[in-house]
Amino acid sequence: MTDLLEPRAIGQGLVRRDGELKVRGTATYAVETPVENPAYCHPVQATVARGRVTAMDTAAATALDGVLAVLTPFDAERLASTEDAEYAVLQSDEVAFRGQLIGVVIAETSEVARQAADSVRVTYDEQEHDAELAVDHPGLYKPEKVNAGHETDTAEGDVAAAMATPQRDGGVTLERTYSTAMYHNNPLEPHATTALWDADAQFLTLWDSTQGVHPDRAAVCEVFGLEQEQVRVVCPYVGGGFGSKGTPHANVMLAVMAARALPGRPVKLALTRQQMFFLAGYRTPTIQQMQLAADRRGRLQAIAIDVVEQTSRIKEFAEQTGVPARMMYASPNRRSTHRLAALDVPVPSWMRAPGECPGMFGPEVAMDELAEELGLDPVELRVRNEPEVDPETGKPWSSRNLVRCLREGAERFGWAERPRGRREGDWLVGYGVASSVYPTMRQATSTANLRYADGRYVAEIGAADLGTGAWTILPQITADALGVDVGDVDVRIGDTQYPTASVAGGSSGTNTWGSALVVAARAFRDKFGGSPDDGDEISGDVDQAAKDDAHAPYAFGAQFVEARVNADTGEIRVPRLLGVFGVGRVINPRTARSQLIGGMTMGLSMALHENSVWDPRIGQVANHDLAEYHITVNADVGEIEAVWLDEHDPYVNAMGSKGIGEIGITGTAAAVVNAVHAATGVRVRDLPVTLDKVLPGLP
Amino acid sequence: MKPFAYAHPGDVAEAVRDVAAEPNAVFLAGGTNLVDHLRLGVARPDLVVDVRTLTSREITDLDDGGLRLGAASTNSEVAADRRVRERYPVLAQALLAGATGQLRNMATTGGNPLQRTRCPYFQDVTTPCNKRQPGTGCSAVGGYTRYHAILGTPGALPDPTAPETCIATHPSDMAVALTALDAQVHTLGPAGVRTVPFVDLHRLPGDDPSKDTVLEHGELITAIDLPPLPAGARSAYRKVRDRASYAFALVSVAAVVHDGDVRIALGGVAHKPWRATRAEEILRGGPLTDHAVRAAMDAELAVAQPQPGVEGGNGFKIPLAARTVAATVRTLTEEQS
Ligand SMILES: Cc1cc2nc3c(=O)[nH]c(=O)nc-3n(C[C@H](O)[C@H](O)[C@H](O)COP(=O)(O)OP(=O)(O)OC[C@H]3O[C@@H](n4cnc5c(N)ncnc54)[C@H](O)[C@@H]3O)c2cc1C
Ligand code: SF4
Repeated sequence: MTDLLEPRAIGQGLVRRDGELKVRGTATYAVETPVENPAYCHPVQATVARGRVTAMDTAAATALDGVLAVLTPFDAERLASTEDAEYAVLQSDEVAFRGQLIGVVIAETSEVARQAADSVRVTYDEQEHDAELAVDHPGLYKPEKVNAGHETDTAEGDVAAAMATPQRDGGVTLERTYSTAMYHNNPLEPHATTALWDADAQFLTLWDSTQGVHPDRAAVCEVFGLEQEQVRVVCPYVGGGFGSKGTPHANVMLAVMAARALPGRPVKLALTRQQMFFLAGYRTPTIQQMQLAADRRGRLQAIAIDVVEQTSRIKEFAEQTGVPARMMYASPNRRSTHRLAALDVPVPSWMRAPGECPGMFGPEVAMDELAEELGLDPVELRVRNEPEVDPETGKPWSSRNLVRCLREGAERFGWAERPRGRREGDWLVGYGVASSVYPTMRQATSTANLRYADGRYVAEIGAADLGTGAWTILPQITADALGVDVGDVDVRIGDTQYPTASVAGGSSGTNTWGSALVVAARAFRDKFGGSPDDGDEISGDVDQAAKDDAHAPYAFGAQFVEARVNADTGEIRVPRLLGVFGVGRVINPRTARSQLIGGMTMGLSMALHENSVWDPRIGQVANHDLAEYHITVNADVGEIEAVWLDEHDPYVNAMGSKGIGEIGITGTAAAVVNAVHAATGVRVRDLPVTLDKVLPGLP
Repeated sequence: MKPFAYAHPGDVAEAVRDVAAEPNAVFLAGGTNLVDHLRLGVARPDLVVDVRTLTSREITDLDDGGLRLGAASTNSEVAADRRVRERYPVLAQALLAGATGQLRNMATTGGNPLQRTRCPYFQDVTTPCNKRQPGTGCSAVGGYTRYHAILGTPGALPDPTAPETCIATHPSDMAVALTALDAQVHTLGPAGVRTVPFVDLHRLPGDDPSKDTVLEHGELITAIDLPPLPAGARSAYRKVRDRASYAFALVSVAAVVHDGDVRIALGGVAHKPWRATRAEEILRGGPLTDHAVRAAMDAELAVAQPQPGVEGGNGFKIPLAARTVAATVRTLTEEQS
């Protein structure tokens, strides 16, 4: 149990402190950093999916006016560590996926760099590639662990036996396969770096677009064999990341390499949108084989999910897709497995709610199918399977308000009067529901420094604001912990000159950095009292914050969707989307709402539009730009509402906050699929739900 | 990306001379398509001749009751023109269904019909493409064909290595409306002026997929005429796409209905805007019931060839085209009664 902060600034919808700078366009992003006499980089990418580079003819490139250097695997600096194959840029002639970095041109202008990169002639010894995921791929293997340290497989009871028995007494079993597509994070700001290597001082400065300056620095130090003191990473603003800037990608290493090839001269490297589809991470496609058994009254007797997904041949990323099904609902018999195919494909990585996002698709559609088979209200079916304690660990919940979210949402949405296949003019109308979940996390390291100077409290912590609101809400937390007006507090973030902070990922930023700030603030008050002197200073560490291991901390939610399907063309529209969440205490309703509806919009996007169309013949995403890779646009979003319950959770942290960056994207796609089914009777099990998939079922 | 010379001549005649004299020269209008292609290396001209301010930007009444659209009039201006909205709603609707406000402010009457296919393999210089680089083959066959043709192709799964294979579609919405309106294209070329019926402007791939249209090198579009529609004619454009805005058509329909007669043009189904002449003939004079229209479209689409490929190919376009035509005609006839 933690004493929650007395909320004074917390709970206020303060406007974003960085808002005006961004609206005016004066907030500087990594590649815009004003530096003297910059040079520009343009990467050279492999055009085969597997093989060896046998030769690179760079003569035409080097001959161009304005070209400063061309680096290739044959002449690039040897890295200190090549353990992480994604980062081992230009270290070998081996090509492990199409689009892989095999060179870089550094030139006086970005145009010349691009022209020169285009003129590099590469010859390959091409080998047959294997780039197609299949449920029966012969190379499927069991990873040691899946992302975030979860067990790869879990089992309790006997699913097979339960699947074989319940029909006798009016129970139901269900076996279905669902799939989610490949997705690319596509933040608006591309992955970009300005890098300066001072050879005399042996010092590297990076202005990099990252979700964590300290983790970014650690990776660079490892790869280049530098000490932390030799590297500074600066990143005040991030134009979105959605996980793709959570760990650095190869482009950062290439930028550093380019800077070291041109000591004293700042170099800039911004990926093009097309390049981001090869180099900046993505969410693996998933295949989810579900089994459910329930008794006549809808109580689950078995729940199983067997997941097949992909990773790259050179680096493993095992999306924890089966994890949420382990704890959502009570069932005596449970199983989850993950199998991976390591393919000649780009390296997958984090994308908003890794695990929970794809993993709340199959199970939440399966629950809808089960409700239908049982003739039960899908809201009611979920309520009947509410577990008293975490089925996985047996621990009590820190707080779990799924049922309240479902009931409150049903009430607000008009669920009781839901249409079933109702036709309104040319449109078929249906409602759908699904649950949302996201674990409440706090990272183990983060330190905040707090100082009293010139009548203001100034905190420093190397945190990141991805457009999420950290610049604004960290002062709110600090002010309440100090018991002062929020206007008297500054919190500086986004620089390795400030104390170490964890990555902005896993919806853990506020929980982690906020906890460190609270520790610092309380220590400050203890030491210096209410009227400190100029220069009084103290630091606080997250590991000094109260920690509770006795409870299972999760945020929950319920999403409701109205879908309209055109009876002639199958076009799908979603005029209404409602999410009701139990996310602990909300620090700032303005930024929170934007996170939640942003997540829901991205979930809608996943349901209807997003799809990195993979062409296995050549091993690349065919639709690799934003004209063809569709992201939901304004016209696709009708009424969208996120509300939250008044939730008091004394176990999570001093703020009582659970993290809100990711839960909004979980469950949305299932709710959309369920609504489309209610409208048309067509059950789409493979995302995205597009008109061609519903067309055959239309009148 | 490759450096090029940029010219901004004084008049159209000089512009035509400039381009005609340089085999690797192109006209530039709004640049919303060409500049992308310059960046991507899809277009690699030595000379870019800017004609944006050389042709007329006016929209003028013609003596026969039609309208003349100067080649430099923007998509936004044409869509907003009161005469266009009243007399040719199909065109205003088609324009507004395309791209975005910002793009339409730049895009021109001359440039829009000459925009090139969105085939992703055409736009990616690392994949073989007969249209971009004649003779290299067609990467789309058996690949991502959702936005590709079902009509006017040599068959389902044509030989991807054959130099004539191309299953691309023409992406313009405006062009579909102009096809249904029987528009006329005025050009000035090295050989002088001529008028080309819009339905004949675009071509099927034939044996040379690199050529989208019948225009000669150096032939400039100066204006497009809209002939008058008979009194009482109704027209509409219906675009079916993967999201509500800012997406190219999977299938689109431009329809003009008058006295039991109907003109139908389809977008998203062929290398050119597809005039459904067969369906039009069947429907001529008859009642335009849902059933009749669908049956006529079934006849029109009898020769359609679905392209297989990743994500299930594009066979869905066959029923979708028939349904969308029926729905569009229905709204026009319902309006009428
Ligand atoms: C993201 C995006 C989405 C889009 N969505 C749509 C859509 O949904 N529907 C749609 O229809 N369009 C869409 N477009 C395409 C847009 O409509 C075209 O790019 C535009 O109409 C082209 O006109 P422009 O004047 O800019 O042509 P330019 O780019 O200047 O030129 C295009 C071509 O025409 C040639 N040309 C230009 N003018 C003349 C002339 N007078 N005579 C002879 N040749 C000439 C040029 O040489 C070039 O080859 C989209 C474009 C983008 C970038
Ligand atoms: S369909 Fe046409 S444009 Fe596309 S790859 Fe084939 S030849 Fe090129």
